[in-house]
Amino acid sequence: MRCSGLVDDTVTVRIGGEAGQGISRSGMLLGKSMMRGGFYAYGAIDYPSLIRGGHNFYTVRASTRKVHSLSGGPDLVIALNKASLLKHQESVNPRGGIIYDEKDEISEENLNRDDLTYYPVPMSEIVEELGGPKIMRNTVALGAAAALVGLNADILKEILAETFVGKDKIISMNIEAVQKGWETVIEFDYGFQCRLEDGARPERMWLTGNEAVALGAHAAGCNFYAAYPMTPASAVLHYYAGHDEETDSVVVQTESEISAMCMTVGASYAGVRAMTSTSGGGFCLMTEALSMTAIQENPVVIMLGQRPGPSTGLATYSAQSDLLFAIYGAHGEFQRIVLAPGDVDECFYLTAEAFNLAERFQIPVIVLTDKEIIESHETVKKFDASKVDIVRGYLLREWNGEEYLRYKDTEDGTSPRIVPGTPNALVLSNSNEHTERGFSTSKAGPTVKMIDKRFRKEEHIKKLIEKYSPIKVYGSDNPQVTMVGWGSTKGPALEAIKQMVEEDIPVQYVQIRVMEPFPEGLESHLKGKTVLFENNRTGELGKLIKLNTGYSFENIRLRYDGRPLTPFEMVEKVKEVIQ
Amino acid sequence: MSNKFDTVAANTWCPGCGNFAILNAVKQTLAEMNKEPWEVVAVTGIGCHGKFTDYIGVNGIHTIHGRVLPVATAVKLANHELTVLGFAGDGDGMNIGIGHFPHAIRRNVNMTYILHDNLIYGLTTGQTSPTTKKGYVSKTSPRGSWEKAINPLTQALTSGATFVSRVFAGELDHFKDVLKQAINHKGFALVDVLQPCVSWNKVNTYQYYRDRVVKLEEIGHNTGDWDMGYLRAEQWGDKIPIGVFYKSDEPPYENNFPALKNAPLVNHSLQRDMEKLFREFM
Repeated sequence: MRCSGLVDDTVTVRIGGEAGQGISRSGMLLGKSMMRGGFYAYGAIDYPSLIRGGHNFYTVRASTRKVHSLSGGPDLVIALNKASLLKHQESVNPRGGIIYDEKDEISEENLNRDDLTYYPVPMSEIVEELGGPKIMRNTVALGAAAALVGLNADILKEILAETFVGKDKIISMNIEAVQKGWETVIEFDYGFQCRLEDGARPERMWLTGNEAVALGAHAAGCNFYAAYPMTPASAVLHYYAGHDEETDSVVVQTESEISAMCMTVGASYAGVRAMTSTSGGGFCLMTEALSMTAIQENPVVIMLGQRPGPSTGLATYSAQSDLLFAIYGAHGEFQRIVLAPGDVDECFYLTAEAFNLAERFQIPVIVLTDKEIIESHETVKKFDASKVDIVRGYLLREWNGEEYLRYKDTEDGTSPRIVPGTPNALVLSNSNEHTERGFSTSKAGPTVKMIDKRFRKEEHIKKLIEKYSPIKVYGSDNPQVTMVGWGSTKGPALEAIKQMVEEDIPVQYVQIRVMEPFPEGLESHLKGKTVLFENNRTGELGKLIKLNTGYSFENIRLRYDGRPLTPFEMVEKVKEVIQ
Repeated sequence: MSNKFDTVAANTWCPGCGNFAILNAVKQTLAEMNKEPWEVVAVTGIGCHGKFTDYIGVNGIHTIHGRVLPVATAVKLANHELTVLGFAGDGDGMNIGIGHFPHAIRRNVNMTYILHDNLIYGLTTGQTSPTTKKGYVSKTSPRGSWEKAINPLTQALTSGATFVSRVFAGELDHFKDVLKQAINHKGFALVDVLQPCVSWNKVNTYQYYRDRVVKLEEIGHNTGDWDMGYLRAEQWGDKIPIGVFYKSDEPPYENNFPALKNAPLVNHSLQRDMEKLFREFM
């Protein structure tokens, strides 16, 4: 097995075109083919908020080793229209190539990089000959790209056959299209320098963070999902709706995020595991019912997939600008847990655990992600569902007939929770401050007693989250520089570490995975000089660390243009700090 | 009269409040229908009606302003064997919560929605509500309300409701009879309750309604006639019709979900065939 790219041990292919040309699907298929060939890949989509036209591009980076993020320019570009060729030509690595449709008749003067190889492929002509729809040009292009980078075309054909299962004519046309694209490029034989030689088919998966969140929720037995569509989190709703029968789940597309959150609370009250997902704008609407569920002590899980704000902001790009909002949003004081997965793998396991934490403490748990994680594909080791235990905390389905106190003032602050409908028990959940029985009260004594009961959970939460590696450390044990971050900065940070190891710069990356309650012991990891990396304008994690530990960062690199930090930027910043 | 649906919580409604009549009607109806307290869930919003969850001995979830319907919808979906009663005020349900109203109706959520309609804001001390009649003078409409009143019945009818009714809090037997039909109805059932507010609404009093209410069944109203139901729902003046304006049989919301074909969701196993789900991504 081998992977050699033009600049390092990775091969990067980019597919660009108009929205509606199947860019995302093609990129996904290419990455999946790479996974089946034994490679690791990372794939990210860049698209404006529109359905037809505009410019979309999907970039997939593969290697024999784990790929954590994109890095640098593409080795090969598939330009499905002229605009894509012109836009991406400059960024292609030296000695790279560009595949384009011969029909686009791009003039010589536009092909202005002497160090690149241009591959005019008769995509439209091939599709016309096959009698296929125009969108099938991308399949021809994939065949051509596979030939150039040495990707096994049979794998690509096999995946196309699975994708269009049941549509035999479409399958045979697509397979033919791959073959023709392949053959066209083989004829050029310019000796393209990127090589992928496939190996054994591994037990791996190729999926997005959204899909991993949905799978994590299913592994936890979440069978009630209510949500309102909002980029970048909609794909969880799509997955749940598309698999409701086989997963035995109830899925509701609600009239608003207010409704989505209220339904999640209602279902949870009734005794099922319930979840919703949204982005910042939707989370704003959810905060009233978040506060409600907090005082009612109904456990819920919310996936908050960040995108740049304020307001509509950049609807289809990425940010880490809702960290403090996730922790503090909603009125009143209450306990919550905020988990921040840093990649697709963590999306699965942390989402699954979110349900156990929510039910154990009867509180809201927020899984805080961002567009970069949840809409990008990653190759991961196949998830191990046996690692997910379903622990329902103090949930009861039988009662002896004594008066049931929903808010019994227990030693650890969490009260037995009965499924409504259980004979001889009445379950009263109340948004007013209440007595142990659940009746409304405005008396001083019972109020303090109930607030203290809820906050008594804090120490138990802190103890339990230690189990979930709230702080993870990667890289050198004796670093010259410690990089600190959370969420999707993990990917580029790990890539940056790899580069710096090659340059003999000892660095480490400290990833915070539990944002609330803030984990103990961060200071012991802050070795050498420190740099904070975040995808926001104000350094929200930095503020949070200062609040919780008193530590202030002198070196900070923030990016807030909707794009993720790159490994290059991080290496550059670390080097600047060392000097 | 004591009843197995009584609770020990001290009642704080104003003496003479129409809510007492509603509470009595609901408790008696549930008892007459032989419901066990734990088979019923009451979902309440914010306002005087919201105290219902304290005063009625069934399962309860007291929610927030205007959000009774989504919470109640989910309770029903999570356990469709429960009898779900939603209680909302006219301010709660027709102002802040009205966005959920047509959705619960078009879904035909299998629940009863009892609207405590006193044409005024009670708990916040007498402001106009969305069902306050035009011209009504209150703290927030000193020159008389110049906004048209919302009619919950016609709103429900035009949204496609399968059971639309109105009762008067002062007519207990009639109230109970309609409520029984509403609870037995398979789908969304609206019960708009004309409820005098003795503290703030000095116009729409018990006497005001006693002089005007006309029972639809006594004038030979056909509950299958949507057009006539609509016309009578618009009627408000010397005569105010009460009873069932319209009903039809359509499958309730829960019938659509493959997962709910057999047992209630809350009784399902939480284990999935994850290996099968993983395969799609391999």
